[in-house]
Amino acid sequence: MRKLLPSLLLSIATLCVALPAHAGKTVDAIRARGQLACGVSTGVAGFSAADSKGEWRGMDVDVCRALAAAVLKDPTKVRWSPLTSQQRFTALQSGEIDILSRNTTWTLGRDAGQGLVYAGYVFIDGQGFLVHKRSGVTSAKQLNGAEICVQTGTTTERNLAEYARANKIQFKTLMFENLRAVLKAFFSGRCQAFTADASALASIRANDSGKPEDYVVLPDRISKEPLGPVVRRGDEDWFSIVRWTVFALLEAEERGITQANVDLIRDSTSDPAVMRLLGVSEDVGKPLALDKEWVYRMIKAVGNYGEIFERNVGPNSLLQLPRGINALPRDGGVMYSPPLR
Amino acid sequence: MKKYLRPGNFLIAAVLAWAGWLLFDWAVLQAVFRPDAAACHALQGNGACWGVVTEKFRVILFGRYPLDQQWRPLVALLLMFGLLGASAMPRCHGKRLFTAWGVGLLLVLLLLKGGLFGLDNVDTPRWGGLPLTLLLTLFGLGGAFPLAVLLALGRNGRLPVLRSLCTTFIEIIRGVPLVAVLFMAAFMFPLFMPKGWEFPALLRVLVGIILFAAAYMAEVIRGGLLAISRGQHEAAQALGLSYWQVQLTVVLPQTLRNVLPSLMNSAIALFKDTSLVIIVGLFELTGALGLAVDGDPKWRAFALDGYLFIAFIYWLGCFAMSRYSRALERLI
Repeated sequence: MRKLLPSLLLSIATLCVALPAHAGKTVDAIRARGQLACGVSTGVAGFSAADSKGEWRGMDVDVCRALAAAVLKDPTKVRWSPLTSQQRFTALQSGEIDILSRNTTWTLGRDAGQGLVYAGYVFIDGQGFLVHKRSGVTSAKQLNGAEICVQTGTTTERNLAEYARANKIQFKTLMFENLRAVLKAFFSGRCQAFTADASALASIRANDSGKPEDYVVLPDRISKEPLGPVVRRGDEDWFSIVRWTVFALLEAEERGITQANVDLIRDSTSDPAVMRLLGVSEDVGKPLALDKEWVYRMIKAVGNYGEIFERNVGPNSLLQLPRGINALPRDGGVMYSPPLR
Repeated sequence: MKKYLRPGNFLIAAVLAWAGWLLFDWAVLQAVFRPDAAACHALQGNGACWGVVTEKFRVILFGRYPLDQQWRPLVALLLMFGLLGASAMPRCHGKRLFTAWGVGLLLVLLLLKGGLFGLDNVDTPRWGGLPLTLLLTLFGLGGAFPLAVLLALGRNGRLPVLRSLCTTFIEIIRGVPLVAVLFMAAFMFPLFMPKGWEFPALLRVLVGIILFAAAYMAEVIRGGLLAISRGQHEAAQALGLSYWQVQLTVVLPQTLRNVLPSLMNSAIALFKDTSLVIIVGLFELTGALGLAVDGDPKWRAFALDGYLFIAFIYWLGCFAMSRYSRALERLI
């Protein structure tokens, strides 16, 4: 026994050295469950919404699918939890979900004070104004004294008040409980402008106005709303996987790797960066305790960042959003990815 | 001249017929039934857009239940309708009806949950739509009614400790809105539980609903208890009957008959209150409609038509309950 113990310890020690980097407790839990528990919204067009067959669609949804493809090798192995904005953080804190991917704005208070941490951003939004074109208004500052329709219960109200104070102008705000009521009020002319996140305004102009050409979204953005996935604090391994998943999707777009050509590129490329990314040469999955082909599987499942954007919110989708600030740096946007090596 | 032949009545009838025609024209003749959003937009409000229901009926009726398994909630739904139908027929009344309910509800749970007999396991958070609404109502009523009887007897009884316990419970529960009870059940309750003790949200809200409904029904039943004269108690006791014999054979049968309309009132209220479980992420009929239309820019403009459709389902349910209560009153 006295002889056995040291040799046993030694063998355990060698085993530990030989094992790849450990994946962390969240990944262990996901693998044991066989499903990624992903918190989404109860229905925000373009970001996370159930279609007519109950399938989830949207940018935030695709982030979770990509993660499932990376970690579980199957983009369909996701357990969706539709959450209201009141429930979302509790669900993450309590461990009910592994990741909150639900158009949630990254702020200091949320990132540092609640046991949560943002793994990056996938879409940058900002609060704007929708006005009737016939009013001739071209800038938010011309709305001094105007009646503005606002939906209650979000930070929209507060942003509006802060903007008014900072610019020494005054608004008359008309509050409404739900979106349908605000839309009715705005389109019937009860208020001169409707304020909400610009992405929502664009989709409302395109789909709910009846005549998109009669309405304009003003260029002003009165708030910063970087939306991104959130995870629990205290599991850096899982945090890194989520963060680098987003980066890998961006990197794939930068390198021109799409869902359609990923196989072809993998077989024919001689670009060292692409070979690394798709796991042909080096293993970029190792530091994350993932396998070589994790990026390949993600691209195969949901496409690169640009494709995700186009499919869900881009000019040809129902939301009809321009790429704008969400473009890659070479196209004038801020979606920058550090090198995957 | 007969009473109903007055000119005023003709006027009223004409106005009603005209309003009925307008409604019929809007809801049927001009309406779009196919799932065509462009055609719905073209209506400009001159007709109903039932296309939203045709397009989204899977999500509206069954919520988040897996698409390829939706025959299960459908069968469960038919089973519950069957049981309710049998309960409405006097010739089916009897002990066997109770057995049928027990077996039937177990089958409903088995069908929805699966995990046995080769059925895929479907976790409770994915149950939804009309079957969930009915399930919450039936289990809610089934659990609340016995509890309400006990609470009413306790509050009306002579044991001071029991009486104050029942009174405190009833007054606390009645003092808070159902939303608060559900919120406690959903978010606060798990925090007090030791680690590893987890109950599904469905079970937690069901317990919340049962406690809430029981408190209200207990007061309805207590009202009935107070109406039974002291003399009947004394006469029964003089015959040598025990406390429970007095309650079960003399007091409760009379009480329940008298309070039946008010009890049905509570039942109808409960049926509609189930829509509040959306706050814990359960998508019953109302929640499922929100899930179906809110995130779809193409159809969200016609959410109102969708709400009219489910309002009609709620109305059918409530009307059936009210007719059932009337029939029962005549029967007993």
